[in-house]
Amino acid sequence: MLLSYLPILIYMVIAAGLVGLIVLLSELLGKKKHFPSKDMPYECGMDPIGDARSRYHVRFYVIAMFFIVFDVEAIFLYPWGVVFKQLGWFGFVEMAIFIFVLVVGLVYVWGKGALEWE
Amino acid sequence: MATTVQSVSIFGMIAGLIGVMALVAVNALFLIWMERKVSAHMQLRPGPMEVGWHGAIQTIADALKLLGKELITPREVDRPVYLAAPIVIFLPVLVSFLVIPFSQNLIIRDMNVGVLLILSFAALTVLAILMAGWASNNKYAVFGAIRSVAQNVAYEIPLLITLMSVILMVGSFRLTDIVAAQSRVWFILVQPVAFILYIICATAETNRAPFDLPEAESELVAGFHTEYSGMRFALFFLAEYTNMFIVAALATIFFLGGWRGPFLPGVIWFLIKVYAIIFLIMWFRWTFPRVRFDQLITLSWKILIPLSLANLIITAFVLKLV
Repeated sequence: MLLSYLPILIYMVIAAGLVGLIVLLSELLGKKKHFPSKDMPYECGMDPIGDARSRYHVRFYVIAMFFIVFDVEAIFLYPWGVVFKQLGWFGFVEMAIFIFVLVVGLVYVWGKGALEWE
Repeated sequence: MATTVQSVSIFGMIAGLIGVMALVAVNALFLIWMERKVSAHMQLRPGPMEVGWHGAIQTIADALKLLGKELITPREVDRPVYLAAPIVIFLPVLVSFLVIPFSQNLIIRDMNVGVLLILSFAALTVLAILMAGWASNNKYAVFGAIRSVAQNVAYEIPLLITLMSVILMVGSFRLTDIVAAQSRVWFILVQPVAFILYIICATAETNRAPFDLPEAESELVAGFHTEYSGMRFALFFLAEYTNMFIVAALATIFFLGGWRGPFLPGVIWFLIKVYAIIFLIMWFRWTFPRVRFDQLITLSWKILIPLSLANLIITAFVLKLV
């Protein structure tokens, strides 16, 4: 079963090699000339102050957590979608309850103000 | 099954890869020219006119120039990650082409998990953007990457749920099945809300205006690829335009009946529909002003996700009734 995905892996490896080759060619073709200000991080001509990887706002983490929860739930919907026609009303009601739980979660998060970007 | 797959695979895959690379290159050259011309004409300018007929080979000249440019690697970058990012962003794009049916027979591999393959590989783009931004050690690049990840992640959920409502009607992840199911009526007529939701999400996923905050030139220079130059920059650029082609191709397959159409061959119809969708996305750029970041996130979580869930449950209910 997994073997039938092997060609995709081979394809990816060849593609990666090809793309790497293009970059390598460009590296060999292009000229090389270093001076200190050129090798600095680009900041519109200013000397950079401090490290770029500073702390960023916690709301990005909140978005990431919501994503994981809702993405997993969306993925749960996918197998259901393929066999939906065979499942009958039982399958529909079951998934309606699942989506209802999803919506309750969204409403709760919304009510808590986690979706506000202030 | 496995044996037949392997016997056709090696030659088929290599031929496919060459075809895909050619398509990616030609598509990017054409799209960049189209982007320039569309933007120019919408602003009553002629756009590029000097190199070739109406500037048609201007992009080839630009590509050659980029090839000869120096590859600058700034001092403070995280080298392995910095060097890998352009390749990591380009690979998923190439893999997505494996399952796209350009016509009844013109498809490299008709897989029963086609939709899943495209969606899962498209999700890898986020990883490459984060790698590029974080490894660059440049403030603009880090901001661009963080914004981009938050945006792609927020719009992926409505995208998944929206496509689900079409898959419900077909009952298959195979892209050729989805096209075959539209033999009588295109799904855009049955699922207009899903189509609109999909186009909005696709515009956001490809970081196009009005959702182009990750690379908002006026604020962030160029976003996550600020520190990339020459061919490495070109790979990001290629991936971006090829991504546009892929989301438009998905829209064509899911909503516009794929290769179906009278008189002309299937491939021609497919390409006409794909470029019509791309024209629509380019049109957005000159129609809508860029949204603010809070508006962007709010739109996804408070409007698109509830709407797509409602659309899904209504679709399921109607399908059960008939």
